[in-house]
Amino acid sequence: MPTVSKGDGMRGLAVFISDIRNCKSKEAEIKRINKELANIRSKFKGDKALDGYSKKKYVCKLLFIFLLGHDIDFGHMEAVNLLSSNKYTEKQIGYLFISVLVNSNSDLIRLINNGIKNDLASRNPTFMNLALHCIANVGSREMAEAFAFEIPSILVAGDTMDSVKQSAALCLLRLNRTSPDLVPMGEWTARVVHLLNDQHLGVVTAATSLITTLAQKSPDDFKTSISLAVARLSRIVTSASIDLQDYTYYFVAAPWLSVKLLRLLQCYPPPEDAALRSRLTECLETILNKAQEPPKSKKVQHSNAKNAVLFEAISLIIHHDSEPTLLVRACNQLGQFLQHRETNLRYLALESMCTLASSEFSHEAVKTHIDTVINALKTERDVSVRQRAVDLLYAMCDRSNAKQIVAEMLSYLETADYSIREEIVLKVAILAEKYAVDYTWYVDTILNLIRVAGDYVSEEVWYRVIQIVINRDDVQGYAAKTVFEALHAPACHENLVKVGGYILGEFGNLIAGDSRSSPLVQFSLLHSKFHLCSVPTRALLLSAYIKFINLFPEVKATIQDVLRSDSQLRNADVELQQRAVEYLKLSCIASTDILATVLEEMPPFPERESSILAKLKRKKGPGKLPDIDENRRNVNGSSEHSFRPPFTDVLNLNSSPSTGPSLLVDVFSDSSTSVSVDVSEDNFSRFVCKNNGVIYENQLLQIGLKSEYRQNLGRIYVFYGNKTSTQFLSFSSFLNVHAKSVDPIIEGGAQVQQILNIECVSDFTDAPVLNIQFRYGGTLQNIAVKLPVMLNKFFQPTEMTSQDFFQRWKQLGAPQQEVQKIFKAQYPMDTDVTKAKVLVLLCWNGVDPNPANFVGAGVIHTKSTQGGLPPQTGMYRLTLRTSRESVSQRLCELLGEQF
Amino acid sequence: MMRFLLLFSRQGKLRLQKWFTPIPEREKKKIIREMTTMVLARQPRSCNFLHWKDLKIIYKRYASLYFCLAIENHENELLALEVIHRYVELLDKYFGNVCELDIIFNFEKAYFILDEFLLGGEIQETSKQIVNRCIESSDMLQETMEEYMSKPAF
Repeated sequence: MPTVSKGDGMRGLAVFISDIRNCKSKEAEIKRINKELANIRSKFKGDKALDGYSKKKYVCKLLFIFLLGHDIDFGHMEAVNLLSSNKYTEKQIGYLFISVLVNSNSDLIRLINNGIKNDLASRNPTFMNLALHCIANVGSREMAEAFAFEIPSILVAGDTMDSVKQSAALCLLRLNRTSPDLVPMGEWTARVVHLLNDQHLGVVTAATSLITTLAQKSPDDFKTSISLAVARLSRIVTSASIDLQDYTYYFVAAPWLSVKLLRLLQCYPPPEDAALRSRLTECLETILNKAQEPPKSKKVQHSNAKNAVLFEAISLIIHHDSEPTLLVRACNQLGQFLQHRETNLRYLALESMCTLASSEFSHEAVKTHIDTVINALKTERDVSVRQRAVDLLYAMCDRSNAKQIVAEMLSYLETADYSIREEIVLKVAILAEKYAVDYTWYVDTILNLIRVAGDYVSEEVWYRVIQIVINRDDVQGYAAKTVFEALHAPACHENLVKVGGYILGEFGNLIAGDSRSSPLVQFSLLHSKFHLCSVPTRALLLSAYIKFINLFPEVKATIQDVLRSDSQLRNADVELQQRAVEYLKLSCIASTDILATVLEEMPPFPERESSILAKLKRKKGPGKLPDIDENRRNVNGSSEHSFRPPFTDVLNLNSSPSTGPSLLVDVFSDSSTSVSVDVSEDNFSRFVCKNNGVIYENQLLQIGLKSEYRQNLGRIYVFYGNKTSTQFLSFSSFLNVHAKSVDPIIEGGAQVQQILNIECVSDFTDAPVLNIQFRYGGTLQNIAVKLPVMLNKFFQPTEMTSQDFFQRWKQLGAPQQEVQKIFKAQYPMDTDVTKAKVLVLLCWNGVDPNPANFVGAGVIHTKSTQGGLPPQTGMYRLTLRTSRESVSQRLCELLGEQF
Repeated sequence: MMRFLLLFSRQGKLRLQKWFTPIPEREKKKIIREMTTMVLARQPRSCNFLHWKDLKIIYKRYASLYFCLAIENHENELLALEVIHRYVELLDKYFGNVCELDIIFNFEKAYFILDEFLLGGEIQETSKQIVNRCIESSDMLQETMEEYMSKPAF
């Protein structure tokens, strides 16, 4: 037994602990513990009242036994009694026992609360701290109910000791997390913010934690903290390292506080106030500069603390995503770390770069590190670092490097750790689909995937390749040929047999012309795998066989023989047997026509979110998947590879709840004989600049619109006015996206209203078409109107100084980002009118010192757009620069018609 | 915030557990098992960070003891490593060249020191001097060595 050198050891406890340590077996240990428990129980129950010291010692022994992993069902009362002792050590043990052992729904909680209350009222800072620690450790609802009102006043009271303030701040933070409804906001919140100015850095640190949590929940209430946090941060980063005395950690000034302040600032967008903003930028630059300075100490603690602040600063830069120079500097800094000899730094650099990759300012800069990252995949010894490298490759992938990245990931897959194979398979499958320019590459990639890591290819992945092959007829022949060749491998994975069976069953005819892949050869090849496969695959193959009978009448007899064999017709598995029996009968009795109808090629699959992407999201948990959304890509962002109907993808139109007949009724009613009508777009262009007015009018019907837009959302009120004196019957209207009905009857002279809700998901060129049908008299009327939903409606005005504007303008200098159009004025050239139009369209003016230039800037759904409109004699030159080519094009078309 | 801190030996024996959020006992035992197997299986010279469920696990070995700290996803890994180091420094200062046995025999002290340093899953006081002063002043409130030696040894 070692001698206890400090404080008040408890000899009995030390003896007991060393007894336990000397136990040779688990059984001996349990025996010793049971003996001790019996001893303590008898002491607690004994007639003789125990003195404080003994009580403390026994409670401590119970605690030790509990921490060894044994259950304790008594002693709680004695621990609670210790709370009321005036001896500090006894109180302390009582609180420790309660913090560790008492769960929140204990009956003792009232007694405990009573003890806490006394200590809080004691004005003795040591006792108050113990009580506050206990509340923070237990944090139960009952405690929140009892103390949530009291703690804020302790926190902001002028005469509270610093250490108590710290405990109170964190205690309040804990209660706010567990029972936010019980912690009242109030006058104290404003005073808490001012703790950021406190002299004592420990108080500031604790207060910053509290404010950050509160600000995440109600950012508006704590806006004032931004300027205080920036000021504090600025003082820390510019201080000499000795200024902060003991808050300097291995030559780094207050790293914990710096990180907390940077974290607090991440609850908010960049400060609006220019001076504050530049002060913050200065701080961030200083932190980045310090990273380049030689280290002040060789100790790892120095570099860890310094880099902790640096990484947090980079997080803030990424969060703001507004200062291109800082973003690029951050990216370069991380690039250095990618080759650092510290594994931890390489790991973190890979991780932060993942988020940088999704910023449009730094995506290109991240891409320059591709070779280093690929190298990391090959050479890192630590699997968690390799995993981060895979994540980063996934995040930095775009059309320009997809082939390289997919190839590297595939080759890594052959040796990858089992624990991460499935995730890599999903990622490869997603990238291959998303960036496939030609689908033969896609098919090759997926088949390779099955070859390399068949066991890790989940159903979603091979379903998806089949969906895509079925939906794209240009790749079907190639797919059939490729799977046919792949099936020749001596040992091919069952997933390949599934894909092969399905694709040859559908499209085997496309390669049947070649004698090397004649129907019979195809069939024998598939059937040679049959006996090696599991029941579900066999069932799929049987379906492929019956499809063969339809495709190739010449192999009908062979296949019928197979189906007729005992191993099929009398198969023990009921599903297989049923298929064999039914397919055999079908092939015998049905005529070729019926067979052809029943076994027709599968119709295209309706498009929806890729099932593999959904799976990866599930696997990684929400928000963890690096954003590889098309939205962020500016250069290669066109979507021609997407075989979805482009429109549904782009606009989600949700109609308000319908009251009229549903679409199904429409389909079967006589009105379904609708003829296609020309889409009216007479008034379409007039709506580029305005939101309200009449969009369509004929002798019978007038359609008016009122629309409002906010950011990426819009709402259109459509008014249908009956100009006649007769009823319109069976009135229905639907969009080419979403079926939607209004009141089926419009009385003569009456008006009905319909509300359309619109969300702009990505940039688009086509406008939605509203189809209207009704009966007037005996005749069916069909009207189609193009709704004026245009890209520029989703503009957000952006205030910019001239300097910012021209800086941004220069950044958008890539040739595909600029579109220019010179055209003759259609309307008289009036400066004021033009200015007003620019204001409506582009929201801001007055940046350019040349009065002949009209300049505006706006953001569409997170994307920036600027236009300059300088007038010449009778001509306009319109120059647009946006971050995406398609946006520039479309805006130019829309705006060019307006002057 | 920090979610839990575990100290265990190379043999996987738990020496200290601190939970900053309420977790049922069964669940705690499961987590302890998972952490010890996961961390002990790591190769030397690997990085000190792991992803586990929605948390980050930061671990570091000091002599025969592993310190394993779970933090939320957005928290700073490098600083978490320094939280561990600062705790080790505090123990070291208090016990004078701390070893595993000190923590076994004076486990309650290890908890007290931790409570002065971390609270409710956040850092409370980063200054080594202040924490040490706190602990020492509370020791002053305690008995002297003579009193200790006169106590019964059972």
